[in-house]
Amino acid sequence: MSAPGKFRFISSDRRVREDRRFVVGKGNFAADIVPQGVKHVALVTCPHPAAKIVSIDKSAALDMPGVHYVLDGAELAGATNVLATGLDTPNVPRRPLAVDVARYAGEWVVAVVADSRALAEDAAELVAVEYEPLPFVLDGEAAYKGGVLVHPAHGSNVLLDRTFVWGEVEKDFAASPHKFRHVVKWGRSATVPVETFGVTASWDPWREMLDVWASIQMPKYPDQIAMTMKLPMSSVRVHYDVDVGGSYGVKRGIKHTILVAYLAKRLGMPIRFIEDRLENMRGGDMHGPERNFDVEVAFDNNGIIRSMKMRALDNVGAYAGRSPFQLGKPVSAIVGPYKIKSVQYQAIAVLSNKTVQEAVRAFGQSPTNYAIERTIEEVANKLGLDRLEVRKRNLIRHEDFPYLIPSGSTYDSGNYQAVIEKVLTKADYPALVAERDRLRAAGTLAGIGIAACLEPSGGNSSFEPLLNPKVGTTTWMDSCRISIDLVGSITATMHTTSAGQGHETLVGTVVGEVLEVDPDKVRVVRADSLNSLPSNSPVGSRMAIMLGGAAFHAANKLKAKLIAIAAHDLDVPAERLTYENGNVFDASAPDKKRTWTELVTIGHRYIHRMPPDMEPGLSVSHIMPVPTGGGLPTADGRVQMYPCYSFEFHLMLVTIDPDLGKPEIKRYVIGHDCGTVINPKIVRGMTMGGIAHGIGAALYEEFAYNDDGLLVAQNFMDYLLPSAHEVPPVEIVHHETPSPLTVFGQKGSGESGYLGAPAAVASAVNDAIRPLGIVVNSLPIKVARLGDMIAAAREK
Amino acid sequence: MKVELDINKEKHEVDVEPRMSLLDCLRDKLQLNGAHTGCEHGVCGACTVLVDGTAVRSCLMFAVQADGYAITTIEGLSPGPGELSILQDAFCETHGMQCGYCTPAMILAAQSLLSKNASPTRDEIVDAISGNICRCTGYAQIVEAIALAAERMRGQNQPQDASVTR
Repeated sequence: MSAPGKFRFISSDRRVREDRRFVVGKGNFAADIVPQGVKHVALVTCPHPAAKIVSIDKSAALDMPGVHYVLDGAELAGATNVLATGLDTPNVPRRPLAVDVARYAGEWVVAVVADSRALAEDAAELVAVEYEPLPFVLDGEAAYKGGVLVHPAHGSNVLLDRTFVWGEVEKDFAASPHKFRHVVKWGRSATVPVETFGVTASWDPWREMLDVWASIQMPKYPDQIAMTMKLPMSSVRVHYDVDVGGSYGVKRGIKHTILVAYLAKRLGMPIRFIEDRLENMRGGDMHGPERNFDVEVAFDNNGIIRSMKMRALDNVGAYAGRSPFQLGKPVSAIVGPYKIKSVQYQAIAVLSNKTVQEAVRAFGQSPTNYAIERTIEEVANKLGLDRLEVRKRNLIRHEDFPYLIPSGSTYDSGNYQAVIEKVLTKADYPALVAERDRLRAAGTLAGIGIAACLEPSGGNSSFEPLLNPKVGTTTWMDSCRISIDLVGSITATMHTTSAGQGHETLVGTVVGEVLEVDPDKVRVVRADSLNSLPSNSPVGSRMAIMLGGAAFHAANKLKAKLIAIAAHDLDVPAERLTYENGNVFDASAPDKKRTWTELVTIGHRYIHRMPPDMEPGLSVSHIMPVPTGGGLPTADGRVQMYPCYSFEFHLMLVTIDPDLGKPEIKRYVIGHDCGTVINPKIVRGMTMGGIAHGIGAALYEEFAYNDDGLLVAQNFMDYLLPSAHEVPPVEIVHHETPSPLTVFGQKGSGESGYLGAPAAVASAVNDAIRPLGIVVNSLPIKVARLGDMIAAAREK
Repeated sequence: MKVELDINKEKHEVDVEPRMSLLDCLRDKLQLNGAHTGCEHGVCGACTVLVDGTAVRSCLMFAVQADGYAITTIEGLSPGPGELSILQDAFCETHGMQCGYCTPAMILAAQSLLSKNASPTRDEIVDAISGNICRCTGYAQIVEAIALAAERMRGQNQPQDASVTR
């Protein structure tokens, strides 16, 4: 933690204010919001991976008492614009309900509105849809080659195929004595929050106002609603005071929102749709990356990697959401924590007849980290060198920062060696190795897992102009407004929803720190989208940097205003005044003093005692740009993408039951450096939770499809979530390398743990099975498959 | 059909369809929104309530089946407006949550454990909450909260020094 005395409240182990409402069951979740007279939606979904919709017979459903409406895709498409996509792919239109053709099993075809959800489900079963099954394609590589086209009008299944060359790749390859190439795969999983997506909308035709309450975590949500609904944005009011029951990237329910918004407007009734688990898993469009990597590296006799060629093909499903951009974020840390001089990166996003992908925690960085880490281990293996030693030799050194990587981002700060050494010391690495060897000698498969990786944070989404030159967006601000009321209490306003990241605590802590008041006395509220300042929502590990930064600057503006009022009222130059605990005084003449109450009174009631050019009242706002600003990519695709880079180093000991193939994590130590920690409880929780997600992605979770194109993991019996049994105790070692770019030196931590845990698990499993002469290069490493591999290897 | 439910020591007469789950009844009929809907097939545990003190999934129980049992929901745990029980306070102390969605159920599962076992081991705590999925925390700070609550509750139940209480 920080040096004692550096901060009053920042970095101290304070409680998280949001927790009080959650422990008594008084959160305000989407399903808890029930406007008078609300009606409920259930869906009819396509049972085929691809099918022409021949006919829809709604009559039986409409005849049912309590049923208000049955909506099909043609009507909805006629009344709304297509949903926004990030890429320039006009012939891949995405709409809430399928029009003429459905392109994945589970795609929504018809929506039924009834007095209760149960009645809506009953009626949905009475809607008769006639389908004509069409050919389909599931495999990403097959889809890339063509053949069956998911959207024939698009002419191919390729949404994105771009190759970047940063540096002298071919020259570096030619000059290197060794090369290694392999294919590694990241399976389709997601963060799957316990709360499904839910949204309620109501339309007031007299005020011309669409009110929306949603469990949303998405930048530019009100804008997309307005554009798709053909409404002025001033007629869309998104309520940000909805607690989101977990998201980790995926709560992007724009299609859900358009569906209920249209129905609310069409029927003149408040409408809500709360996904059930089945709707969520197969049609909620929240699957994560499914990525094949083909990685080749060139290296010298010492294991120094000089160049890397990476091809990443992502199977994004049947429509283009924001998911292809998940191939863009890794550009910002394409060499991981290593000094690789040149990189060739081919990013491919292909369509298939699977559920649509959405943003998942770390936005594509975790799969890429896994691919890099798998590769560096094979470099060590090929040379007969120690895996840890090869990593150390390739690391960017502390003295090299700020460090410009080939793809154009500059890493702000870091001390990777120090973090690694702390972890090795904490774990007693030689003893851990001895324990592994003792276990092996006793007949168990045992391996040590290692992963070193980065968490890019607080960025300006410049992967958008990088991958779609028609998008020129470089701005990615966040904001805070702070007011002192006329009796002297402080209220800060934030402008987005949260999904458990403790943003109210963040703002309260920062404002308390700057204004030297008890953070618990700072009220933090959330605006709605019509009275809010610009925000880009909690994505990309940005809020500590961006919302924390905005709160800091707003609080400082307010402090400066109080000092200016005191200076004017005391007739003393502001430079001579000291601000302390809300009071302002002249240190050389302590009787010259104005208390908090006096300053507040002047600010609100006595304009005759205010500086003549000053606005009355005590309310300020700050809209903060990304610390590194924003620039468009160069022609060869170099761009500063994220300002801050957190580092994590994972070390674990895993045993594998040689008969069952069941891995068990015996010891897990992580070193984590996200700069200055604002709230230790929150950062620790994020890291632990990220590790649990990572263990899930590595060992258990997969949206598996059968050969008929149907999702077979569509409930929690088949899609396995780690319970308290599967997540081991994890020891965290903290290190703080402050960022020079942020107000307190903080970096992002919202995706921590998840960035390296899958790579570390894969490393441990491979270390354990390497003595059998086998390697596993795809995630998740399911028990059954690993058991079969081990059995086959032992039979040889 | 009409049933009389004993919830948080109060009698509620509700008119429910026979197919209505206890979860839907709590939320839709009685506005006890602390029980949350997660999977509706008995795996995630977000809907956990106590039935005669034992943690039960309210999504797998019909409201009509609850007739005659003492139901406790999260709303029944806090001692009074603005107050927290020792267990709830311990969850705040360790930050044994993030988004708060699984939290009421997690606390009720812990309440059930602690009512039967005043000194649970880590393994016993893990067992007791292993039917409740949390996607935010990785469970560490939840396990710590329950251990802390157990410790504090044991302390609270010690006979107090008369000179202090007087």
